[in-house]
Parts: sequence; C-alpha cells; structure tokens
Amino acid sequence: MQLTGAQALVRSLEHQGVDVVFGLPGGAILPAYDPLLSSSLRHILVRHEQGAGHAAEGYAWATGRVGVCIATSGPGATNLVTALADAYMDSVPMVAITGQVPSALIGTDAFQEADITGITLPVTKHNELVTDADRIPAAIAEAFHVASTGRPGPVLVDLPKDILQAPMSWGSWPPAMELPGYQVPGPPDPEQIRAAAALLHQARRPVLYVGGGVIKADAHAELRQLAELARAPVTTTLMARGAFPDSHPLALGMPGMHGCYTAVAALQEADLVVALGARFDDRVTGRLADFAPRAKVVHVDIDPAEIGKNRTPDVPIIGDVRTVIAGMTRELAELVSSGGPPDTGGWTAAVDQWKQQFPLRYTQDADGPLKPQHVIERLSALTGGDAIVVSGVGQHQMHAAQHFSFTKPRSWINSGGLGTMGFAVPAAMGAQVGRPGDLVVAIDGDGCFQMTAQELATCAIEKLPIKVLIMNNGFLGMVRQWQELFYDERYSYVELGTAIPDYVKLAEAYGCVGLRCERADDVDAVLDKALAVTDVPTVVDFRVHDREGVFPMVPAGRPNDEIVLGPEFSADEQRAATRREVMAP
Amino acid sequence: MTTHTLSVLVENKPGVLAHVAGLFSRRAFNISSLAVGPTQDDQVSRMTIVVDGASTPVGQVTEQLNKLVRVLKVAEMHEDAAVERELALVKVRADPATRSQVLEVAAVFHAEIIDMSPATLVLEATSSPGKLDALLAMLEPYGVCELVRTGRVALARGAGSITDRSLAAVPASAS
Repeated sequence: MQLTGAQALVRSLEHQGVDVVFGLPGGAILPAYDPLLSSSLRHILVRHEQGAGHAAEGYAWATGRVGVCIATSGPGATNLVTALADAYMDSVPMVAITGQVPSALIGTDAFQEADITGITLPVTKHNELVTDADRIPAAIAEAFHVASTGRPGPVLVDLPKDILQAPMSWGSWPPAMELPGYQVPGPPDPEQIRAAAALLHQARRPVLYVGGGVIKADAHAELRQLAELARAPVTTTLMARGAFPDSHPLALGMPGMHGCYTAVAALQEADLVVALGARFDDRVTGRLADFAPRAKVVHVDIDPAEIGKNRTPDVPIIGDVRTVIAGMTRELAELVSSGGPPDTGGWTAAVDQWKQQFPLRYTQDADGPLKPQHVIERLSALTGGDAIVVSGVGQHQMHAAQHFSFTKPRSWINSGGLGTMGFAVPAAMGAQVGRPGDLVVAIDGDGCFQMTAQELATCAIEKLPIKVLIMNNGFLGMVRQWQELFYDERYSYVELGTAIPDYVKLAEAYGCVGLRCERADDVDAVLDKALAVTDVPTVVDFRVHDREGVFPMVPAGRPNDEIVLGPEFSADEQRAATRREVMAP
Repeated sequence: MTTHTLSVLVENKPGVLAHVAGLFSRRAFNISSLAVGPTQDDQVSRMTIVVDGASTPVGQVTEQLNKLVRVLKVAEMHEDAAVERELALVKVRADPATRSQVLEVAAVFHAEIIDMSPATLVLEATSSPGKLDALLAMLEPYGVCELVRTGRVALARGAGSITDRSLAAVPASAS
C-alpha cells in the first residue's frame, strides 16, 4: 500500500497502541499533522514544547506506558531537550518525534534547523535521524521497543520534512526491527539469587533499599512478600515512594539527604543492604566512602552498567527486579521452612525506637504562619493517600515526599535525577490524561510554578481538573535554605515575592478556579473546596512560612552519619541521634 | 601508564562515531587513541579504543559502551593474547651529514623511507606502540619536523574471532 511518510508515521503510532500525543505543530512537522487530524490519536495541544515533554513523562509515570510528544524542528525540538534529559535521568519511557528541515537543507543552517540528534545524544537512550520514508514504521517500532524495554528511557526520532512527504510502501505490522546491538538482559542468575536469599536469611540488620526500578517493574506486590518474609525494614527512595506502603510497620520512609532519620540510620547500621532497582545516587549515599559502612551489598538492576558503578556489591544480580524479588522470596521461603525465620527482632525493635525518637517533626501553631508540611499532611489525610501527587523540585518536593503518606505505586511523580523546576504542572497534566478517573494533585513551589504555568491553559481547555497547590513562600526556598546554612545567610537573588503574580487572578485568567489560603485553620476547608472541583483545574495559593526549612538534612558531600535533625530537635536529641550505639552483630 | 585496548564493533551508520566519542566525553573517560575503519562486513565498522586505566574505570567504559544501541560488541584486547600495531609517518631532519645515521636508525626499526628531500626524510614505521616510542626517541635528537600516528589497532591471537558470538545473536523481534 502506498502512503506518505507522514501517513506511515501516524499509522505506526496507531499500531503501536498510542492513544494520546502531546505536541505543538510547526513548519517542518506540518506534513505529520495532516493525517493526525483524521487519526484515532488524541492530540493535546500544549502551549510550550517543554510542557509536551513533561506531560509525556507524567503520562508514562502514571500509566507505565510509553509517553509520546511531538514537536517541530529547531526551537520546537530544542524545547524538548530538558524533558528528554529529565526522562533519561529518571528512566522514563518516552518517544519524542521531531520534524526536521528537508534533507537537502540539512547542514546549511536552514530556517529552524537544529541538529537535534546531535544535541540529544547524551540525554537519550537512543535517537535516529530517518533518511528513508520506507524506514519510518521500523524506526517507530524500534523507538518504542528501546524506550520501554530493559532500563526504560527516552528515544527521539527526527523526521525531515521531505521524508514525511515522500511516498513509501506500507508493509505489514509489526515491521522487522534492526537492532542487532540492542540486548535486554536475560533471566537473572539463579546462583546469585540463592546467594542473596542466604544473606537475607543470615542477616541480623537487613535493609531493603528500594529504588524507582521496583515501580517501573511493577514489583510492589513481590516486594511486600519479600520484606515480610525476610522481616526486613524497607526504605523507598525519592523515585520509589509508593512502592511500599508508608503505613506498613516495616516502612522506614525515604533515605538520603532529606530522608527520615530512621531510614538514614538504618542504612548506616545495616549488616546487609539489598538494593532493588536503585543506583546509589549521591543524594542517597552522602559521602560514598562512608555509606552503609558495615553492610554487605546485594545489588539488583536491569542495567549492568549500574552494578558496581558507585558501590561494589558482594552479590550482583542483573535482571528484571520483579523476577529477582520473586526468586529471592522463593529461595528464602525454603531457608525459612528448614532453618526458621530470619532473626531480625532486635533490629526492627531498634528501628522502631528511632522512629519514635526521631520522627519528622515540625510545629504548626494555630495562629502562627502556615507550614507547608501541615498542608501536605492535611492533603494526605483528606484524600486518604488516594491521589496521584506530582511535584516540582525544591523544598515543596521534599516536604511532599516526606509528609504525604503513600499507599500505592504510581501515586508519586516527580523529577528526581535532573531536578527540573517546572516539572509539576505539565507532568500533572500528562498524569491526568493517562488516568482521567483519578485525583491528580500537583504540589508545587512558587518558583517552579512560574516556569511552566502556561500549561494551565491547556488543562483548562482540555477539561483536565488537576489541582495545583502552590507552597508560596516568595523564595527559591531550597536555594534560600542553602544560603542560610552554608553562605552565612547572604540571600543572593532568591526572593521572588509572594504577591506577584496574583496566583488567584492568574488562575482565573487561565480559566481555572483560583483559591488562597493563609491560615492553618482554613487549610481543610480550602482543600475541600479545591477537591470538589471536577471540570477545570484549580490553583491554590498557600501563603506558607518563608523561613521553614527541610529537615533532616545531610549536608552535600558529607557522610550520612552527620545528619542534622534541624531546629525542631534539642542539642541533646541531636547528640543522641549522631552517637548511636552500634548494635552487636 | 596502564592502558587498556578495547575493540568495539559498531553499526556502520552515520553518527555512531559521535555517539561513542560523546559517551567518553560526558562520562569523563580519557581516550589515549581511537582508530576506526571498515571490516569484512560492510554493515560493521571496528573501532580500537585505547583508554588510560589509571583515570578511567575500564569495566564501566565497557558497560556504558554496551548500552549504546549502535554498538554491537565490546571486547578488551589483552596484551599477551592480542597483536597490536600502530603506524607512524615521521618527517625527520636529515642533511647530508646526518642522513646515514638516520637511515641506520630506520633500518634497525624496520622503518621504510618513503620520501626524501635535501633536508628531510619521511619514515614509515609499523610496530607495537612501545617500539614506535623507542624509534621516536631515537629520532628526536635529529629533529622531528612532523609526526602522525594512526592510533593503535589490535586483533586477538588465535583462531577465534570477536564476531563469533555477538553477531550471531538473534535480532530483537517486534513486540
């Protein structure tokens, strides 16, 4: 069958099972937009291509499917770069389709020309400039295959305008893929799984260190079985919040720079750390040489390059984390049936005592300034944790990750690795598109919000009733906190002001509901009001305390043992926290 | 300096060299030399990359290279189990007074004279990298006007081939 390249592109996306694409047309991609109009695909017209990229990410996080965004050549494509880099760092499956100037003009500095495959080389899992219209179906099939298998990631397909216009012969679907150099790791090594299970059986102070891979592999159910059988506490990283219910007695909360004391201390004191789809990121380990100094390490990852990159494991296991966890549970069950359950009672008791002694702490005075932690805790309580929470980057992100009680996977979406301010609103939009029946709440900062707020227009027109809760402290709060702690309170260019823009009016101008809340007493009523809106987005301007910091905190580059509990704890408590009695092995 | 020699088979497609070079630069891996050329299969190019083992974790380089979709196979060539060669062209000062001495050095190192002028000679030398360094040290006192080296290329000794396993791998099928 004869088609144009553009028709082949749209047909390929349909065959691939794509239901929605986020995009914004322009000159070079115009041929593709014509068949798009009569296709089964839903196209969401964003206001800025970065919004399309983050929306595709939010969609992918929320659904587990590949998110798709589309942009024109030149600036359209370069506007996707931040989202691609974000997806690359956080292993988000995503396919970006970009128009390119006609083949004959490539390399001539033509109008709206950018070498987008060159530009995105370091921030994509793979990319391709298609030079033959007949290759379009295979290029698309390969892009989805590479994006979604193994360690997921973003793939960009660049399509010159003349290739989109050229005739091609459509064969059968699926097309033959040509990926001789691409291999997804096979089944994990059963010997290593046995070795890991044996370590778990013998361990007295085990910790399961759970990363985003567990969510991507849909391994939360298996994880829970393993944790309960091993009687091992579980810490979920920023990428893995929700992989294990925070309400579970074995849950430690988040580890790392702004992790819960208990999670940080448990890793430091552990005799066995089982890393599951986690990558020993510097924000988790603190100074690497001092991380989990007493622990043997089992490292499970689908990406062989992560094994031993930062910490050399005693037991490396390459493979799908869900398969590995299930295998470890089977092996451990045998050991338990012959040798009894793991003896971790002393350990879990010690951990529980830390939880009591050093919880997340803040003070909300009834008449005092509104605390962001209070807003988040009320949201968590009022929704029963039954919401998809999306955040930007900074203090509000850490507060949300700490204080919202997550109960299930794919209910927490944020920019972890790249730390992209402005992620929340467009990612929430994508999540809402992917899960129209669910409550989607963006917890954002005033700095972040202003970077991508234009997508409120998209949300209003598409009738996407996301909630955007702005923790408005009038500052680039996290930067301010670092200046307070590490730069002698010299606040260099971090004050945004709380009043400009007027977020309520801004919301209304975008066709959204705008609300404001300044007092702790009003939080429930305002949240109720916001949650009751079901047809358009709602923006709430929470005027929160500008001095509130994020604690605990491990200063960057310092050992995790130097964790600072913060102003809510006394000097005696701080001393007690940092002079732990090391448990006998 | 401890060096490691990696043989990398890649798909012969545009942009692959940039992809590999980009990987080295963004991961802060140091390349001592890089040589690229076609192979017996016109779909496949072979790169020989020499990395400095002291500053660069070779295992990590291999794993990261393996992740590139256009990279087909990465194998480390171990010195005792591989033959390694590098070619150099050297333009060295050689006037009638010193010419015979330069020719003598060339003869010892089995370097060929491929050009000559009243004041210079051009030597072509192919050898293991260490021997090439020794030749250059010998020529230095006469005055090296210009030097070009190809970078190391290497093949494993014996009957086996780098392609034995990887290229026979089953191509990924559509999902």
